[in-house]
Amino acid sequence: MKNSRVVVTVVGKDKVGIIAAVTGVLAEAGANILDISQTIMQDFFTMIMIVDIANINTDYSTVVEKLGKVGKELGVQIAAQNEEVFNYMHRI
Amino acid sequence: MPIHYDKNEILETIRMVATENLDIRTVTMGISLRDCTDTNADKFCEKIYDKITKSAENLVPIGEKIENDYGIPIINKRISVTPISLVMNSMNEEDYIKAAIAMDNAAKEVGVNFIGGFSALVHKGCTESEKVFLDSIPKSLAKTERVCSSVNVSTTKAGINMDAVKIMGQVVKETANLTAAGDGIGCAKLVVFCNVPEDNPFMAGAFHGVGEPERVINVGVSGPGVVLNAIKKHPHEDLGTLAEIIKKTAFKITRMGELVGRTASKLLQVPFGIVDLSLAPTPAIGDSVADILEALGLEKCGCPGTTAALALLNDAVKKGGAMASSYVGGLSGAFIPVSEDAGMISAVEAGSLNIEKLEAMTSVCSVGLDMIAVPGETPAETVSAIIADEAAIGMINNKTTAVRIIPVPGKEVGDYVEFGGLLGRAPIMAVNGYSSSNFIKRGGRIPAPLQALTN
Repeated sequence: MKNSRVVVTVVGKDKVGIIAAVTGVLAEAGANILDISQTIMQDFFTMIMIVDIANINTDYSTVVEKLGKVGKELGVQIAAQNEEVFNYMHRI
Repeated sequence: MPIHYDKNEILETIRMVATENLDIRTVTMGISLRDCTDTNADKFCEKIYDKITKSAENLVPIGEKIENDYGIPIINKRISVTPISLVMNSMNEEDYIKAAIAMDNAAKEVGVNFIGGFSALVHKGCTESEKVFLDSIPKSLAKTERVCSSVNVSTTKAGINMDAVKIMGQVVKETANLTAAGDGIGCAKLVVFCNVPEDNPFMAGAFHGVGEPERVINVGVSGPGVVLNAIKKHPHEDLGTLAEIIKKTAFKITRMGELVGRTASKLLQVPFGIVDLSLAPTPAIGDSVADILEALGLEKCGCPGTTAALALLNDAVKKGGAMASSYVGGLSGAFIPVSEDAGMISAVEAGSLNIEKLEAMTSVCSVGLDMIAVPGETPAETVSAIIADEAAIGMINNKTTAVRIIPVPGKEVGDYVEFGGLLGRAPIMAVNGYSSSNFIKRGGRIPAPLQALTN
């Protein structure tokens, strides 16, 4: 794929260790976090990360799978979507 | 590197997928079978099996890869082929059944849930072999699981072939009887069309038209849930403003179809055909076109005002979608299948929605009387007459209309039929009991209307 940037979003109830767990998976795979923003709205934790997966050391699908597993353990929803999705939907 | 997108934009997309059922309904690969003709039926079947399995071998894995990369569900990967009646000319019914079985086996081999193109275009008349083909449809659908059949009996330019309409009433009835064990499920895979589009990606009406290239990728988007939530956020706006809101939402939904279609086309090295801008409901709660009409202010879908609300919805979806895709085609409009839409089912149960109102609704939206279960005792002539009515609406209004009706063997009004999955469940609906028999028996051809004289 031409575009190697992925938007990772984490939404769920706030608890200790969410960022550590998510970034841990990304670091282990060799994905580079380009930007990160986080807010808490009424106890709901929302984190948006832009991640470069150009040089990951494993399959992208494995990374997505691992993120999903971590999400389940933490009780939060994690979505990983290629940046193109947002480009197509929100930019003309 | 900065985030290029507003946080709310990102969360909007996430919400559409996670809670509003935004998905790509189907990525359909069209495959030409015109190079497979053979005077020997067995050889023909071998050729089409080989061609389909070879052409579509990567369709499912690549569909799954795109789902994974973009985080957008692609519900169905499907195949459409050149109408079998055009590439096989046989006077033996068994030959066509063999072809259907070969299509079914090919679909199973590549892992697609439906394959369309067991079809015929007989809007002006049937060739001798096409008559045999039409007769073979019930047995072919009974002996296969994934094959979909469609027959075009009318166009604005040709008029309505009432002989074919008569035959199709009998074909529908026989298909229901041969698949009685599955409550007539064969009829869920059989559509009778007027003005059929040649690039429709949706089943059961998909086939690969004669003007199409060797192979092509067509995409159908979904997203009634997204439109519903957008409308719900504006309970006090006037209808002009709501049309604008629906347009913007349809634009965003269609962009996903465009992205998926272009990516699939590139990865499969198959030309990109069209995005079909249809709002296709599913049995999931909230993923309903009827719910949208009710959110516009109707107490129950089917009450007075329903046709106007549907016209607004259908037009706004097209206007928004047309901007979002470089190639729009297929059916492109709101679907109103009864069994696949929880809101429609509820409206029928409440006594608010009947076949006559649905018929009126089909004059302002795609496609037609879709997934409607009627009593098993409905005569073939009545089924034919229902088909003729829909064909007339399509012919006069220059639009596609279709009938997918299931006369469920042994069931009566008040009973239910369960098809499961995307086909859903349906209450048996009442049909006008007066006879159309003498009208249908006349046969012949209803001439093309004045609208056809455009040159």
